[in-house]
Amino acid sequence: MGRKLDPTNKVKRGPGRKARKQRGAETELAKFITDGDIPQFFLCLFYVQGFTDENSKWLKPVKKKQKTDESEEDSDTEWEEEEEEEQEEVKLQPQPKEEEEDDDDDDDEEMVDDYGTVNDESGEKSGEEESDEEKKKKSMAEESDEDEDEEDEEGEDDDEDDQSDGDMEEEDTVQANIDEMDKFRLPGAEEAEKEAVLPLDLKTVYQRIKDNVDVLCNFSSKREEGKSRAEYISLLKKDLSTYYSYNHFLIEKLMDIFPLSELVDFLEANEIQRPVTIRTNTLKTRRRDLAQALINRGVNLDPLGKWSKVGLVIFDSSVPIGATPEYLAGHYMLQGASSFLPVMALSPQEGELVLDMSSAPGGKTTYIAQLMRNTGTIVANDANADRLKSVVGNIHRLGVTNTVVCNYDGRQFPKVMGGFDRVLLDAPCSGTGVIAKDPAVKTSKDQVDILRSAHLQKELLLAAIDSVNAESPSGGYLVYCLKYGNCVCVCSRVTHDFMFLISFFFPSCRFRERRFHPSLQLTRRFYPHSHNMDGFFVAKLKKFSNVIPTTPSDKEDDVTEASEGTTAVESAETKGVKTKKTVSGQAGTAHTNGTPAKENNKKTNVKSKRKESPPAAGPKRAKVAKLDAQTVKAAVKKSDQSKASKAAKPDGKKLEKKNATKMKPRIKKNRIGKNKFNKLKKMLNKQDDVVGQC
Amino acid sequence: MRPLTEEETKTMFEKLSKYIGENIKLLVDRPDGTYCFRLHKDRVYYMSEKILKLATNISRDKLVSVGTCFGKFTKTSKFRLHITALDFLAPYAKFKVWVKPGTEQSFLYGNHVLKSGLGRITENTEQYQGVVVYSMADVPLGFGVAAKSTQECRRVDPMSIVVFHQADVGEFIRNEDTLT
Repeated sequence: MGRKLDPTNKVKRGPGRKARKQRGAETELAKFITDGDIPQFFLCLFYVQGFTDENSKWLKPVKKKQKTDESEEDSDTEWEEEEEEEQEEVKLQPQPKEEEEDDDDDDDEEMVDDYGTVNDESGEKSGEEESDEEKKKKSMAEESDEDEDEEDEEGEDDDEDDQSDGDMEEEDTVQANIDEMDKFRLPGAEEAEKEAVLPLDLKTVYQRIKDNVDVLCNFSSKREEGKSRAEYISLLKKDLSTYYSYNHFLIEKLMDIFPLSELVDFLEANEIQRPVTIRTNTLKTRRRDLAQALINRGVNLDPLGKWSKVGLVIFDSSVPIGATPEYLAGHYMLQGASSFLPVMALSPQEGELVLDMSSAPGGKTTYIAQLMRNTGTIVANDANADRLKSVVGNIHRLGVTNTVVCNYDGRQFPKVMGGFDRVLLDAPCSGTGVIAKDPAVKTSKDQVDILRSAHLQKELLLAAIDSVNAESPSGGYLVYCLKYGNCVCVCSRVTHDFMFLISFFFPSCRFRERRFHPSLQLTRRFYPHSHNMDGFFVAKLKKFSNVIPTTPSDKEDDVTEASEGTTAVESAETKGVKTKKTVSGQAGTAHTNGTPAKENNKKTNVKSKRKESPPAAGPKRAKVAKLDAQTVKAAVKKSDQSKASKAAKPDGKKLEKKNATKMKPRIKKNRIGKNKFNKLKKMLNKQDDVVGQC
Repeated sequence: MRPLTEEETKTMFEKLSKYIGENIKLLVDRPDGTYCFRLHKDRVYYMSEKILKLATNISRDKLVSVGTCFGKFTKTSKFRLHITALDFLAPYAKFKVWVKPGTEQSFLYGNHVLKSGLGRITENTEQYQGVVVYSMADVPLGFGVAAKSTQECRRVDPMSIVVFHQADVGEFIRNEDTLT
């Protein structure tokens, strides 16, 4: 019953009967997939198919020749489907379904192959023929609906809807589905309903995401008439959370952070493992020697990049890279590239006293020691005693001798000791970790978790600030870094915690509904998709004064101080990692404190190109600000309050209790005032300056 | 954390002197500052005075490690050197043994050194002398005790043990929990 195909009028062909039997299992599977994480092999599968899709463009000419033979060979398959085809001629289906259909077909085919059924032949055919077949299938996009309808009881209704929906587009569908991108349209309500019953397969979703983003990026030209941006966005959100298995909360947060064009890249990058990087221990060897030794052991490596003189990237290795004799002898340390950055930003100097507030597993601690050439002292703290074992092991293995390892809760640290020249606070992600390493994060985190850890982070940052000695001749710096390999931290920690926190000091910044200081743009973020390292946020702050502002009595002063602080902000340039800020009651103080800081900055610039514009206008502006502040005091108070109530809700009771009539900046000061520093320096009783450089 | 008692100091120094002999005084009198030994939770730590002062801020139960851990006193008050002391033993070692690349890995897994894997050995090593084990690239790998004197080593058959294993850098991974 061979039948010649007319290439101009492509015949629709669905899966064979046996293939259709598989269908139930497959849709089941799809449900699981959307619920949980995506097994890697599925992703691969779909990507491969996507690829063959594109091939269909240039493979076309071959088709004509072979069509005949093929149709002969496959005659039985086609024959089985004839009934369907007849119906399909009339019926149509919305655009997005096409993809789904292709996919189903292919999947079926593969599955059927395993069972050695009818389609076996086609499976064994040469590549050309296969692509040919696929092409055909693509051209007959419609079946899936029919198939589904046949299986679903509700099929009837859908058919009608589809017809009405799709009539207009029929011609396009048949002729060229290559440029589906152009005519992406939103699925209707009925389809959405259907999806709820029969989830789409991932490839369809992926395609839809791409199309959707494309439309959103050129909204005015590509939009569908009468559809609002919100509709597109809500569909995109849904698809993203399906495809990448994030929960809606996180996707929303991510969408706030990234432009849409970058969002998909970012999510994609999170699925990929970062390359293994190692750091040379310059206390024991040199990078050149180490590289040579490792190459001799059959390791394929390369220098990490121009920005690091100690990093090496491992491409592949015939020996376990964590157990070579060189590793055991302490010649290098396995460490993600992103972990280099905070230490480089900290740029510890020889002979200084440095605190690493959450040190486990010791990568950063040993890097600090290496930069200090084993002089001075490092206090390596971690709240988790078990994780400290690895710190101790690594310290000894790498031959670091200037370290004290202790096991305090970081929040108590100012009570233990203070006066550090530099403090590194690698804020813990409270178990969120890095998504590439722990996929559970994607689904398990919600607002509550994030707020809880946000609060912890804030306390840690305050403790860290208290531990810094502003009078240190060479230092007085705090580096705050956050590893977020993923969204959880991107949104929560960075934007909410840190910025929120910093907005204590800089009350005029804005992020969406919240306001942040512009100088925060100078903080540095590293994203997986743009830097191929785990996501990271780094901010460098300089402390200007040890004096703790105090006393509940002079509330009014605090108010003015706070507002002055905002105006006295100096910001830096280029790499953007510097922010400077003063909070001062008196302009003069700000000035004197500011000057030495400036000098220090030159020394400690990590990326070497960062410079700081001198705070020339600092004192003057502060003065002006003071005047302003007094006049607008009331207004400021009000706005701060509203901000507090908005922003502080998360951080909760502690703040809100105190906060009935008070403004946030002052609350923060009170909290500092409660710690030991305050008790020790009660007599000083003035104001403090904190400068952030990021 | 407390200074070592007379007896503890004696025990420990005796042990140390097996490996570095009279070089032990170089550990105590250093040109770059005063260094001292302190006992904390049965472990002996070696640190500079500067770090010592800082460490006094930290309460005993919260202190995990200071400076370099040299080893620990066992319950029978013997002193046992840990691999963490290698950084200070290796530079001052009086007697050394070099092992061939093939044997390196075996030694790092905790095995004794056989004659067949022996690359070089310091002249005049006596039997039961403490030795530091190096790879042929002069990377210190651990330490042990010579099972044979240098003369005997020349004669014995390839499969006999020449160095008894005591500690090797593989312990950084194998015994991470008990190092300190």
